[in-house]
Amino acid sequence: MKATLRRREVVKSLLSDRKKLLVVSGLGSTTWDITAAGDSPLNFPTWGAMGQAAMIGLGLALAQPKRRVLVITGDGEMLMGLGALATIGVQQPKNLTVVVIDNERYGETGMQTTHTANGIDLVGVAKACGFKNFSLIRKTGEIKKLETLIHKTAGPNFLQIKVIAEKLPLVLPPQDGVLLKARFRRALLGAS
Amino acid sequence: MQAWAEEVHRELKRAGVRLVGYVPDAGHKRLIELCRADKSMRAVVLTTEEDGIGLAAGAWLGGKRSVLLMQSSGVGNTVNVLGLLKTCGFPLVMIVTMRGEAGEFNAWQVPMGEGTPAAFETMGVAVSRASTADEVAPLVAAALKDERATAVLISQKVIGIKSFQDQTNQ
Repeated sequence: MKATLRRREVVKSLLSDRKKLLVVSGLGSTTWDITAAGDSPLNFPTWGAMGQAAMIGLGLALAQPKRRVLVITGDGEMLMGLGALATIGVQQPKNLTVVVIDNERYGETGMQTTHTANGIDLVGVAKACGFKNFSLIRKTGEIKKLETLIHKTAGPNFLQIKVIAEKLPLVLPPQDGVLLKARFRRALLGAS
Repeated sequence: MQAWAEEVHRELKRAGVRLVGYVPDAGHKRLIELCRADKSMRAVVLTTEEDGIGLAAGAWLGGKRSVLLMQSSGVGNTVNVLGLLKTCGFPLVMIVTMRGEAGEFNAWQVPMGEGTPAAFETMGVAVSRASTADEVAPLVAAALKDERATAVLISQKVIGIKSFQDQTNQ
């Protein structure tokens, strides 16, 4: 089935009424996507450490059990750290949702296909790893319903959202890692 | 055995460590047990060592200090992700039990054991080494006061495992 969703619109919709959501993105396209939706000090957009977005989200979710945490990453980034899904399954953080924006491509390196282009089923992995809720999303109508899942439903939750493989203009957040860390902590924890 | 583990556990508590990532190692057996039994701590078993770096970064963003326990063989797994600590200035204490040193019974453990200090140093992690059991807890306490990423290496002779049978019996 050919994908019809567009990644920027999907991410913009996921973050449209984000309230106090804490957001971590995977390096590359999803970092540009969350920034295109509106930069925020409560975003931690990674520029490196490929494979770690879900683990950063887990650390954050365990440290801040009263806040909702959303990881938005790509299929290539998630595939590099599949063990994280098993670790999240063991820890069972109720406040964590992992979203994979799946274009079936390594978008930053020449659009080479990832394993998801060859039928590898990330939702199946999340299910096997003990995620409480998991869905494969292909249609616009399903996106709006995700707000409750991200903000309220006891997790861990996992969404794989199939999107069109397209090259889009880069929308860059600050690259200074110390700044990204400090502004996040200040916005979340206050001046200290 | 492993009285140093009780001392290190006390130092972790004193420093307010609430999250302990680990990949199991026989040398860390007692410390892992103490952390798992401690209701004020969350011990998170990992599938690979670099995941402990991401976990620690996320916990620090959320205001919580964590430590990472691993064996020297796992240090190679962390190398690219150690860059996250340096680029963003995340503090993290990594407590590493050494393999591949004097008394090693498994030749396959030797290359990464030999390369461990250099791997950390290459990625900007400060390294200290406990050559005796008495040195472990003071070095961990000092590292916990450091705002940098630091690794405390525990010499293989402190662990004292000399054979596969010893490891099984640990």
